[in-house]
Amino acid sequence: MLDPTKSPGAFDTAPDRSQTLLPLELRRLTYEASGKRVIDDLDLKLAEPGITAIMGPNGAGKSVLLRLMHGLITPASGEILWAGRRMDRALALRQAMVFQKPVLLRRSVAANIWHALGLRGIDRSKRAIRVDDALRLAGLEDLAAMPARVLSGGEQQRLSLARALSLEPEILLLDEPTASVDPASTLAIEQLLIESRHSGIKIIIVTHDIGQARRLAQDVVFLHHGQVIEHEPAKHFFTEPRSEAARSFLAGDLVL
Amino acid sequence: MTDFIEAFHTALRLIATLDPDLLGIVLLSLRVSLTAVAIASLIGFPLGAALAVYRFPGRGTLSAIVNALMGLPPVVAGLFIYLLLSNTGPLGVLQLLYTPTAMIIAQVVIVIPIVGALTRQACEDLLEEYDEQLRSLGASPTAIAFTLLWDGRYRLLTAVLAGFGRAIAEVGAVMIVGGNIDHVTRTMTTAIALETSKGNITLALALGIVLLVIAFAVNAALMGVRRFALRFAYA
Repeated sequence: MLDPTKSPGAFDTAPDRSQTLLPLELRRLTYEASGKRVIDDLDLKLAEPGITAIMGPNGAGKSVLLRLMHGLITPASGEILWAGRRMDRALALRQAMVFQKPVLLRRSVAANIWHALGLRGIDRSKRAIRVDDALRLAGLEDLAAMPARVLSGGEQQRLSLARALSLEPEILLLDEPTASVDPASTLAIEQLLIESRHSGIKIIIVTHDIGQARRLAQDVVFLHHGQVIEHEPAKHFFTEPRSEAARSFLAGDLVL
Repeated sequence: MTDFIEAFHTALRLIATLDPDLLGIVLLSLRVSLTAVAIASLIGFPLGAALAVYRFPGRGTLSAIVNALMGLPPVVAGLFIYLLLSNTGPLGVLQLLYTPTAMIIAQVVIVIPIVGALTRQACEDLLEEYDEQLRSLGASPTAIAFTLLWDGRYRLLTAVLAGFGRAIAEVGAVMIVGGNIDHVTRTMTTAIALETSKGNITLALALGIVLLVIAFAVNAALMGVRRFALRFAYA
């Protein structure tokens, strides 16, 4: 899908594709889990394309926020609006998500992508090309026939990302995709994300890795206690964070 | 003791020479139980997957009932089917009592809860891992159910083998609805029961050995499936 000669459809509207779902607006969003407010009256507006990094200490509510955006869980109160539309199944189908621990089906590498395309209702005749493209993109062609779950952790996450990209999403959500991945695969994944951004996909990535956020993000959302403490362009956030919490976080201190 | 050894030798000779009576009984048993397991699987797979995936009122109760019926005594299943199929029963007009079909029906009833409950468990375990990913991919509940059935295929195979092991070894249900009629509804288990009480230990012993071999084969197959699935991380 990043190779225009192979899948022309993907580039018809790029690089403005994501604009159709932006801005993403979260209004007075609240989410509770076992009586605890994980997301607390949160407001956020993401209007720009590119890569947004969501950062913050453990338990800040980053993963929950991503799941809320994707419609996997429903907020206790508040609104999630993609280009003014409330989240629904049709919108979810224009997005894709990569989880921290890759969830691979008990099938071959190629079949993992094939089945995902099938679930999205992609025509059989188009699936084979998309599977090939995605495998090549992730450098997994040689492993196509292997059972997916015997791959190394890094290969599994690359497959998981390739599968998400094969869906040609307008929005790509990633929850700490490289948290337990070897450096070579991390590099491959980051390169894929940069290429994807250039092809017009809006990327929202939860990451713990300050270096990764520096390398990838155009803007940073800093989350603490379920609230947005800062939302800044990346260059400002890393050089002159405004909040005490962000300063300690960037300095590597424990943020309580 | 010498009687026993002699009977044992004769039994082995019956098996080695493929004695027609013995063979007929073994083949009928296999036909009845394999058919029953096939039908029970066709019902038990979707039942188990549905119980794992769909949320509907009474789901917990239904799951509990299916689980409880795993321990359904075959004689009770036999009695139930007997009442249905007897001349005065609701399905009496079909004249199925004392036919292999009646035995298949009874064993289907015994095996459905086994396949159904094990399928539900397998699907629930998988769903715990797959749920968010599949919903993210846009899968409908039905698509999720089919995905789980396929990805749980090795565990379903073990469920089928467990069901077959139960069916081939049960005696109560086939005795009641089959009637143990020579060359018609005489299975390995009913023949063993009858021949033993008649004092014809030889045939009973030969059938016992065959049953034992089948039980071992089923167990070996179970272990083989598990090992195969583990090797490819499909378990």
